[in-house]
Amino acid sequence: MTDDKPMNSPYLLQMKEIYKSFGPVTVSAGVTLEVKPGEIHALLGENGAGKSVLMSILCGILKPDSGSIHYKGAPLNIGSPREAIRHGIGMVHQHFMLVPNLTVAENYVLGQGTPLRLINDMKAVHQRITALSDRYGLDVRPDAVIEDLSVGEQQRVEILKVLFHGTDLLILDEPTAVLTPQETDRLLDLMRDLVADGKTVIFISHKLDEVMRVSDQISVMRDFKVVHTTAVTDTNPRELARLMVGRDVLMELPRGSANPGQVVLSVDGLSCRNDLGLPALKGVSFSVKAGEIVGIAGVSGNGQTELSLAISGLLPIDAGKVSLEGKDITGLSPAEINQLSFAHVPEDRHKMGVLLPFTLAENAILHRYNQSPFAKKGLLQRGVTASFARDLIKRFRVKTPDEEEFLANLSGGNQQKLVVARELARDPNFILVSQLTRGIDIGAIEFILQEMLKQRDAGRAILLISTELEELFTVCDRILVMFHGEILGEVPADRSRLEEVGLMMAGQRSAPAAAMEPALT
Amino acid sequence: MGFGAVLLELNGYQGMDVINVMIIGVFQDFRSITEILLKSIPLILIGAGLCVAFRCNMWNIGAEGQLYAGAVAATLVGVSFPGLTSWIYVPLVLIAGALGGAFWGGIAGYLKVRFQASEIVTTIMLNYIALIATSWLVTGPMKDTKAAYPQSARLLREAWVPDLISGARLHIGILIAIALALVLYVYLYRSSAGYAVRVVGINPHAARYAGMNTGRNMMIAICISGGMAGLAGAFEIAGVTHRLYQNISPGYGFEGIAVALLAGNNPMYAIFSGGLFAVLRSGSELMQISSQVPQVLVSIIQGIVILSVVTFGALRFFSRRRG
Ligand SMILES: Nc1ncnc2c1ncn2[C@@H]1O[C@H](COP(=O)(O)OP(=O)(O)OP(=O)(O)O)[C@@H](O)[C@H]1O
Ligand SMILES: [Mg+2]
Repeated sequence: MTDDKPMNSPYLLQMKEIYKSFGPVTVSAGVTLEVKPGEIHALLGENGAGKSVLMSILCGILKPDSGSIHYKGAPLNIGSPREAIRHGIGMVHQHFMLVPNLTVAENYVLGQGTPLRLINDMKAVHQRITALSDRYGLDVRPDAVIEDLSVGEQQRVEILKVLFHGTDLLILDEPTAVLTPQETDRLLDLMRDLVADGKTVIFISHKLDEVMRVSDQISVMRDFKVVHTTAVTDTNPRELARLMVGRDVLMELPRGSANPGQVVLSVDGLSCRNDLGLPALKGVSFSVKAGEIVGIAGVSGNGQTELSLAISGLLPIDAGKVSLEGKDITGLSPAEINQLSFAHVPEDRHKMGVLLPFTLAENAILHRYNQSPFAKKGLLQRGVTASFARDLIKRFRVKTPDEEEFLANLSGGNQQKLVVARELARDPNFILVSQLTRGIDIGAIEFILQEMLKQRDAGRAILLISTELEELFTVCDRILVMFHGEILGEVPADRSRLEEVGLMMAGQRSAPAAAMEPALT
Repeated sequence: MGFGAVLLELNGYQGMDVINVMIIGVFQDFRSITEILLKSIPLILIGAGLCVAFRCNMWNIGAEGQLYAGAVAATLVGVSFPGLTSWIYVPLVLIAGALGGAFWGGIAGYLKVRFQASEIVTTIMLNYIALIATSWLVTGPMKDTKAAYPQSARLLREAWVPDLISGARLHIGILIAIALALVLYVYLYRSSAGYAVRVVGINPHAARYAGMNTGRNMMIAICISGGMAGLAGAFEIAGVTHRLYQNISPGYGFEGIAVALLAGNNPMYAIFSGGLFAVLRSGSELMQISSQVPQVLVSIIQGIVILSVVTFGALRFFSRRRG
């Protein structure tokens, strides 16, 4: 590593003794983080350990109560994200910060220069986006409108946005949470390319294998402090997990074989179109039996979103039939489907799963706001709701001061835990889950996946849609692979078939083993 | 207020003196207090109603028009049924006003739900239609044939809203306005129906996911706010003027928007912010009389008050700690 900067400190960034609290709630308790230039520095920690808060402080969104930041050898005092960008610090946030009804290019130039200049420059902007996109293989079209993009696509738009503004220090807050293995590989390669270009990366992830593969240094946060910093060569996943969670974590869950009963969900020749009116599902058929977990694997944007929306009545169905416990539910409204023994963890919690300005208690009754015991004679029963919410918080170990906290103040993983807790509490016979463990730490993943297995063993039918093969192979009994709106095939969830699933996700029906890595740059 | 005083000084007035006149003068005597309360009735009603619409993300700018629609409906009923007792007639007139306003708001709601027409645009256009229609009615079909000026016939005695205190113009509408603001608070924050209205306002995707009918909730919210504005119109007719005129409202419908914003879209707080705006309105009339301060300057001071309070409110919201 060449050190071409005129400074005595070997560090690009030094955050020292950072303290931050929101009223009585401490969120940074004397954090010290040191990052050398040209390294990929991973930041690990349980949900709510204070990773996102620390990074928000670094890029000027939050002000620390005390502590010092040195950057490029000089004290750094930034008051706004825009200043941070000027210093070459750019962040891709855990929750997207894009304006949904603008195009990619418009989002990038938002707040930059005068409108008149922009109109002239827009062509150059488009070219620059296309060039960057081609260079890093991100598949981002400058004229795509954000709200038409899938979660995975939006993530790539966010990453490209930071590159577009030109940064030296790139902060990626859980960028791989929504990516498929192939997309993740691509991103990790990209991170190495960036480092080769002289940039430095801080990388937050809950996925230890990625962290081991890509990073040079690793810092682990626990209880709002960095408790350990080590070179990647001096550690292993087991040790990291123990440092994060404070106990040993099971990487492989013990489970008995499934005991499938009657068909609970059956989908027959289902076709529908997406928001743009293009065919998204082309005659999909499958069924889920009581007591089994069926996984749907696929690169995001291959119809999984539409599948979950169509089943839950949120997207009009063009052809085909959906039945639940023998009852035809095709074309029923979401309200009618909610009356049935049905639960749904949506893929994008912020888009539809939660209400950020509501308290946890209010969020806990989203589907049952007008049902006994949460409502009587049309009035909300706040006592019942509060104790119900406290119960969910306790059972799923949601990290929060109390149930009257606003959901927006929870860390990403803790928001997700509340959604899962709420949905399972509906005591459903059929559970539709999308991106179940998105943003959840390894300790909590273990817990939630165990919870899913318990539900299975209690005779529930579970459909698990995921881009996360690890998760699918850990809990599913069989896996269907979706590609371009069709189900390409079914594979038993046996780890020896992992490669086969990967190939099918790339569109190959059968598996000539040589053709892995099809056309990825 | 300090800033307002500076502004007055800059324009050559005795800043603090004028403000003192405004504050002391307003509360001078019993009569002026009842006049303030009288002015606060439509402001509280409209402000509280708009809180519901705004919470549902329905930007109803048309309370003024809805007030006129309510006033017309109330007048039609109030002149037509001789022989009814007050116990029946007054509620009938008030209900007619509320329905008139709700209908007028409902048109914008329907256009929004059915055709995605921006309610901001449609409610503004409906304001013009209501005002022009009222002018036409009082000069034409509803004109009092015995009168020289454009005005409707007088409401029948039994349709008049009873005074709260004899000798003052203040009527029992003030009690009803406060009670309804409290009812709307309970509705919005303590009832299932209000929960749905708020969810639709925050995140329509989540609302659909939860099985709520977004269109119906939007209709309900705008009809409630329209109904409250219509009721305000009915009270002006049946409680104050007893006739329909061209200009029965000095802009209560627009001031109601500020009342709701100042209340942080909470109907309970609309009682206080409605009261405050009534004070400002009376104060501004007084300021003009006693110190010849032009109306524009008074409006600017009002604007400063609104801006500072709303900004502080917004800052509190974005600091994201619960209060
Ligand atoms: N604005 C806020 N007000 C109050 N508490 C907050 C606020 N923002 C964050 N917190 C709290 O700070 C703590 C740390 O949150 P942070 O988002 O940094 O966690 P994280 O390590 O990024 O977790 P995750 O892996 O789930 O994203 C959490 O307990 C959270 O509830
Ligand atoms: Mg985070």
